[in-house]
Amino acid sequence: MTQSKTPILEGPNCPLPITDRGQIVLGHGSGGQMTHDLIRDVFQSRLANPILDTANDAANVTDVPPGKHLVVSTDSHIVSPLFFAGGDIGRLSVCGTVNDVAMMGADPRFLTATFILEEGFSIHELELIVDSFAEACHEAGVELIAADTKVTEKGKSDKLFISTTGFGWADNNRQIGGEQAKPGDAVIISGPIGNHGIAVAEARGNLGFSSQVRSDTAPLNHLVRALLDADLDVHVLRDPTRGGLATTLVEIARQSKVNIELDEETIPVDQPVLKTCELLGLDPLYMANEGKLILILPADEAADALRVMHSTRYGEQARLIGQVLAPSKGQVWLKTPFGTTRVLEMLAGEMLPRIC
Amino acid sequence: MTESPKNLRDASLTKAIMAEIRRITTQPWNIMEICGGQTHAIMQYGLDQLLPPEITLIHGPGCPVCVTSLQAIEQGLQIASQPDVIFTSFGDMLRVPGNQADLFTARSQGADVRVVYSPLDSLKIANANPDKQVVFFGIGFETTAPTIASTILTAKKAGITNFSILPANVLVPPAMHAILSNPANRVQGFLAAGHVCAVMGYHEYLPIAEQYQIPIVVTGFEPVDLATGILMTVQQLESGQHQVANAYPRFVTKEGNQVAQSIIAQVFEPVDRQWRGIGAIPLSGLGLRPEYASFNALTRFELTQTPLNESPLCIAGQVLSGVAKPLDCPAFARECTPAHPLGAPMVSSEGACAAYYRYHRTRE
Repeated sequence: MTQSKTPILEGPNCPLPITDRGQIVLGHGSGGQMTHDLIRDVFQSRLANPILDTANDAANVTDVPPGKHLVVSTDSHIVSPLFFAGGDIGRLSVCGTVNDVAMMGADPRFLTATFILEEGFSIHELELIVDSFAEACHEAGVELIAADTKVTEKGKSDKLFISTTGFGWADNNRQIGGEQAKPGDAVIISGPIGNHGIAVAEARGNLGFSSQVRSDTAPLNHLVRALLDADLDVHVLRDPTRGGLATTLVEIARQSKVNIELDEETIPVDQPVLKTCELLGLDPLYMANEGKLILILPADEAADALRVMHSTRYGEQARLIGQVLAPSKGQVWLKTPFGTTRVLEMLAGEMLPRIC
Repeated sequence: MTESPKNLRDASLTKAIMAEIRRITTQPWNIMEICGGQTHAIMQYGLDQLLPPEITLIHGPGCPVCVTSLQAIEQGLQIASQPDVIFTSFGDMLRVPGNQADLFTARSQGADVRVVYSPLDSLKIANANPDKQVVFFGIGFETTAPTIASTILTAKKAGITNFSILPANVLVPPAMHAILSNPANRVQGFLAAGHVCAVMGYHEYLPIAEQYQIPIVVTGFEPVDLATGILMTVQQLESGQHQVANAYPRFVTKEGNQVAQSIIAQVFEPVDRQWRGIGAIPLSGLGLRPEYASFNALTRFELTQTPLNESPLCIAGQVLSGVAKPLDCPAFARECTPAHPLGAPMVSSEGACAAYYRYHRTRE
């Protein structure tokens, strides 16, 4: 931030406009000098790259590789509170979109972003969030090439909303998607589930105690790249975000018109997540994740896939959790340790804690 | 809240107890687990699949949101919609349909409805918002009554005047009487709810077992607990006994938590209460004693009587009294789903219909 002091003048004078503020004011959305200063000081200083630095109304992307096609995904992020153990809205808005692009088997390269700021929002907090946004971009290896800020009147939004769009390249001859699960395939999860959901619930003050759980928010594109480099016949990649592992697998089962069977004992859940869920009557199978992926590929490639995943930062705890069964309307079955089975459904609505 | 030691989920121990149940069972028996938490645990672990075909588990009315009367929900909606009111409730209650709307709908229309984990949180909200009336939806069985009562005692002592409750607590023993005296009753043995007994003990069940010649076994919530409770019930049934037995001794004594009981008795007194789907049961609810009448939201707010319209498709009453199973309902998983519940048992994490929807839909 630039520092300027209001000059003290003797005698009658016109009050000079205040240019250095700690909060977002409507003037930051005017499109005039304050907007320019905010963009320069908060955004460009942290997110500079040759395309963004041209400062034109739109970005030119010229290096579309031959034999590849464009993959685009967009997502809006309105998490409350903005900061939680293990992440914040800045990191989340990068990782969420990067992961959606990566789940198509693409290499995410560019992001665009819209920051919707509420009048009165702390510029210091904004700087922390843009720092985190920039760090996540760096980690994922993506560049912000176009961005926009808007300011709403106080009460018309909630502190900060971030909408991001991701662009990446995917091989023309690869087919990865939720409709590609085949009977006989193996189902793998890249690590323990439920951490993000618990961390956010705790940050909202909804637990009433400290769970010690941190959000898993992370970019998964390097993990996906490692799988593709190993020349595995990847059928499905999907990140189980809202609705959790169960809901995402039901989506895949319905898209692919197959049944999926999970082995409950093999599904990794960290102890603090499990304990918190038990205490509140919640089910980790339905808790959100922001740094996990489901991989479905032929069973005879599962061991190789696990070996590749275990060598990456965000796949160290990957586990084989189930298999794809016969074609059907698309159900997900859970085998319990008692040798019994139950059908998993999508999450019905908001997940609510039990009473007694 | 109970700790869950790993060995209480031991699959081989559970299976061994189930094998013993199969070994001793010679004829069909209908056993009711009273508590919805038990229904969910049974379904979640698939324990019903391990029982011999002779044993039928009937799901009881022990789901606090399921049995909360339509009238109480309509009253809650009316109170929540008034200006300068913060309406607080356990989360499950927000999705239970009233005539047309639920509390989530009220919230979307501008009512200040907040989920709390304890009535004490409501009191904190009242302290922080002296210009608002804060109302807590006082639902639940004997398990929630002690904290609600102690919250009222705290509020009275601190002179907090902007806090009140919508009293809707209900009691288990009168419901057991209602089930057993119903001519359509099929229940031959009870698994009594462990959490309720942790508060109340099981001395209240001795006259019920005697009067109706029915075994009652205090039972917990883990697979080994549930299997043991069922085994102890079947043992009695097969040998013609009707005792009250305790399969949950690590938390339950005959006398129960007497401090909690005396706090309940200090603030509340038994009153007749309407149970959703079942009807009025004499002396089955907890009403505020006259000394605490000022904490009754029903006297604090002017409410209008609304006609009560239950869905004609929903058979919740038969499900809650054990006469029908959720799968007997023509609306189950068709018109009625957790996303669009017609009746309360499809809403709650303890409701029998929700348990069936979530865990018991058959492989296709």
